[in-house]
Amino acid sequence: MERNNQLHRQVALMRQSLFDQGYLDEQFVQLEELQDDTNPNFVEEVVTLYYRDSARLVASIEQALDNRPLDFNRLDSYMHQFKGSSSSIGGRKVKAECSQFREYCRTGNGEGCIRTFQQVKREYATLRKKLEAYFQLARQAGPRDTASRST
Amino acid sequence: MASPSTRSYHGCDKDSDGSKRGKLSVLIVDENVLVCRVHEMLVSKLKVAKELLTETATDGKEALDLHLSGSSFDVILMEMDLPIMDGPEVTKKLRAMGVKSIIVGVTSRDSKVDREAFMAAGLDVWLEKPLTAHKLKSVVEALEKK
Repeated sequence: MERNNQLHRQVALMRQSLFDQGYLDEQFVQLEELQDDTNPNFVEEVVTLYYRDSARLVASIEQALDNRPLDFNRLDSYMHQFKGSSSSIGGRKVKAECSQFREYCRTGNGEGCIRTFQQVKREYATLRKKLEAYFQLARQAGPRDTASRST
Repeated sequence: MASPSTRSYHGCDKDSDGSKRGKLSVLIVDENVLVCRVHEMLVSKLKVAKELLTETATDGKEALDLHLSGSSFDVILMEMDLPIMDGPEVTKKLRAMGVKSIIVGVTSRDSKVDREAFMAAGLDVWLEKPLTAHKLKSVVEALEKK
């Protein structure tokens, strides 16, 4: 029982740190509020969709960045989608890097795009790692009343 | 690459509110499957009807084809940026066909010009992404006036 309480505390602390360190924003809380007994794994389901979508978009952007001349419209279109997905799960830092990338597309700055894309990938990888650790710990802790949430 | 539209049904077990409408059908049009899923859940929480039917389409042509094949919806959540046929174009065509649904434009674009153009295409209201329950309340209010 005590071990279980400890796990739940760890989950809560881990969750809070994701907000405090700026990885997640209020939109993640919106997803949590949509989760209920009928859809008990909704947040993880959506985040899993995000990983799948992101893999596709990262591959498309990488391919597009290999082409010369750079097609800034196409790059912007892909990044618009990536930004939209990241925004939907509350991925604050990823979203910010996506915005920067799009700004470079707007000004036709190829070097800026290439450089910022590395940042996008880094932030995405970090977010994914942290979310995977969070959900793994949450699964270990098991179900609990969500009243303990706080941001 | 068009994905098949998906349809899902939500029923309310309790009917404590006699003023709720019987059925509500909502079409969610967005290229992003993740966004469609989130919007589907948001709509399911509105609790404005005893039965809720949601359907999704991932491009503009698919949304139009649904109507051409005879489907109709009370509410359409229409993303502005769609492959094949964009949100404003689909909206214009639907209105030209006589579609009277509440069409909610959904966009993350911050250009006033873009938004005004989308409204002029025939929207009832537009909402900024990401959607939240609070933002969808305005849709509920529009429904209640209907």
